[in-house]
Amino acid sequence: MNLETVKSEIEANVPGCRLELVVNPSPSGQHSLLLDAEHASAVAAYLRDAADLRIDFCSNVTGIDWPDKELSQKVKLRKLVDGVEQEVEETRITTVPGSLEVVYHLYSVEKKHGPLVLRMRTQDRDAGVHLPSLTPIWRSAELQEREIFDLFGVVFDGHPDLRRLLMWDEFQDHPMRRDYRDPDDYEYEPTAHDEVLQRAQQHLSQANTAQLSEAEGR
Amino acid sequence: MSTATHPAAHFELEPRTGPGIEQLLEISMGPQHPSTHGVFRMNVVLDGERVVRLKPVFGYLHRNHEKIAESETYLGSMPYTDRLDYICPLTNNWAYALAVEKLAGIQVPERAEYLRVITGELTRLQNHACLIGFLMQDMGASGTPLMYAFRQREIILDLFEALTGARMMCNYMRFGGCRVDLPAGWLDQAKRVVADFPRFMDEYERLLVSNEILMDRTQDVGVLSKELAVSAGISGPMARASGVDYDIRKVDRYSIYDRFNFRVPLGSHGDVYDRFMVRILEMRESVGILQQAMRDIPEGPIVDPKTKIRGFRPKPGEAYGRIEAPKGELGFYLVSDGSPNPYRYRVRPPSLVNLTVLEDLCLGRNVADIVVILGSIDIVLGEVDR
Amino acid sequence: MDETIKNELSKQGIFTTSLQELYNWGRTSSLWPLNFGLACCAIEMIATTMARYDLARFGAEVFRPSPRQADLMIVAGTVTKKMAPQVVRLYNQMPEPKYVISMGACAISGGPFKQGYNVLKGIDRYIPVDIYIPGCPPRPEALIDAFMELQKKIDAQPLTGSHRPRHLNAGEPSEFVVPRFGEHDLEPARNPAIWKPPLVQIEQTGTDESGNR
Repeated sequence: MNLETVKSEIEANVPGCRLELVVNPSPSGQHSLLLDAEHASAVAAYLRDAADLRIDFCSNVTGIDWPDKELSQKVKLRKLVDGVEQEVEETRITTVPGSLEVVYHLYSVEKKHGPLVLRMRTQDRDAGVHLPSLTPIWRSAELQEREIFDLFGVVFDGHPDLRRLLMWDEFQDHPMRRDYRDPDDYEYEPTAHDEVLQRAQQHLSQANTAQLSEAEGR
Repeated sequence: MSTATHPAAHFELEPRTGPGIEQLLEISMGPQHPSTHGVFRMNVVLDGERVVRLKPVFGYLHRNHEKIAESETYLGSMPYTDRLDYICPLTNNWAYALAVEKLAGIQVPERAEYLRVITGELTRLQNHACLIGFLMQDMGASGTPLMYAFRQREIILDLFEALTGARMMCNYMRFGGCRVDLPAGWLDQAKRVVADFPRFMDEYERLLVSNEILMDRTQDVGVLSKELAVSAGISGPMARASGVDYDIRKVDRYSIYDRFNFRVPLGSHGDVYDRFMVRILEMRESVGILQQAMRDIPEGPIVDPKTKIRGFRPKPGEAYGRIEAPKGELGFYLVSDGSPNPYRYRVRPPSLVNLTVLEDLCLGRNVADIVVILGSIDIVLGEVDR
Repeated sequence: MDETIKNELSKQGIFTTSLQELYNWGRTSSLWPLNFGLACCAIEMIATTMARYDLARFGAEVFRPSPRQADLMIVAGTVTKKMAPQVVRLYNQMPEPKYVISMGACAISGGPFKQGYNVLKGIDRYIPVDIYIPGCPPRPEALIDAFMELQKKIDAQPLTGSHRPRHLNAGEPSEFVVPRFGEHDLEPARNPAIWKPPLVQIEQTGTDESGNR
């Protein structure tokens, strides 16, 4: 299945959609199409119903977290230093906003071709995490999109039953995000080092002070 | 960091108004229940004995395998894949190795491919046998078919232990081949086991296939239509029992499956009996594949010599690799950013996706049918929750 | 009682014993486990009850589905934080005398999944455990060995005195606090009456700010 021809076919049949071909540099050769959130449902419905494609099997729905990236650039400027204009090197730090990405792997049971890979990205990782749900088109996305809501925090509009799947309902965080920190749960390590050693020493000093205050209290 | 401000809908059962509402009974089956195949919970609303609503609750075995894999190297995740679908550890290893080989463009030598097919099909045999045993136990056959199935499973586990060193968590596949070669005499013993297997199948079939109680309890129970199966992403024997002609071994032709002559059994009704029969027939086909593979296995290296073990860093990119696991389509999606650890490691679990239709299959049936239908879907919680 | 007298009497058809021996013999020979498997170790537990490594010959004849009828809970598999309250509730529902075998690395301390946000680092944080079986998964022979250890442990329990078992001691609790689901973790994260973090001597070269060696 040539992705270029599929892309032009979709663009011809779904007016207004903005697709982008994302090249996959690995030897697997599985390139993907980046969809825009507005027309994703229309594109998906077209892919399912088009006579030559008949993509009726949504195999896998994955969430990926791309955190904000800080790029530092060294820039040469002419600035006034002690009254003399000189060329100064400054480091400029720009923040590339991150996003949450949802990747769909699709196959066709009727035509026996695939995989066709679609992607959607949210605007940011805070408030703009809404994406259209493709569950009305491929039912197999139902539980997998719920899992992405649970672990990443992407809100799928149009999902019939968006609740947490794997964590308990009262849980507040989204654990698969890259900036999630585990709760400080004491763990016994026989050969502790680095972070675990620091935490263990902290626990040890806390326990020592607790024992001392207990002894004083008696 | 502010989390998304979406009010997560809490599970609401039927609204507590309306006539006849006092007849509805809400029960929670699980997570500890003699027949839920692991820690799986179903909130069921019953009208007498008939199911009005069923909502599964997952996550009781969520062991954050995907998060751990982000801090492990690629090879370090291989023992964790054993613990996904813990009844079929070798096929999990295979799916992961296949995905990494796709990501890094690694070639697998011939002998290794044959070893993979032999161990994979042996795994399929013992998985289907045990599954049928568990289904029978849930129906009340109190352990006898399960004893027969486990007897065969022990014989096959002896083979695995002789080959890989472990009964269950084999950790046998590597990127580019297998870990160890066959010890002396293994192939002869395996040939004897496979030659004996049809006799066990005959005994099993004679006990079960025309069994009146089995037929009464499974025919026309949990009927899954072909369209719903495809739309809901159902794969494996469950989809083939509904008439979906899709076997990844034939479609993707991964590994060397195009060299073997085997048929794909299809069902026509899509009920529990069809799923049971499809698995029985698949076991016979697997025996055929095993005989062909053990006859044709060549000599040679068992691992690709160019692949590094230490310092394995695939180039940036991504790959999705899938195999026909005994439970369905097991896929691994890997995103690499050039470092020794994967950036994103995702397991596409066949058991979780096959459970999408659990409510549809159980609506209107009796409570006793829920157990039978769940048994026929063939779930393993290690895979559902990862 | 003297051994020779016992032998003489038994030759005459009179069997003598003490109440403690009889009581303990009754308990060790009919330990009925609860049908409770969580993960991979559960499959090895099932294999132990199957024809090759028959556990029924040691007295574990039937696995009871209801906790009210069982006296042994073999926690086989990873206990996750979502599952932990249910495990403790099941333990509380079992009638005394009750025993817990912690099977597999995951039930002892979290196992290979210890670095997990949803994994409880050992079931002994909330309930008292009698026997630990290391392994991942432990072989069926290891489970049988642990079962025999538990039988020896029960055999050695006196009926009176300060070392008597928990169920004969009115002061000891037999139900333990069930953790609730909190916003980030279980509350409480561990039961301090049962599990105290081991204070290990942390060796390192030099000293840190607070002067700890």
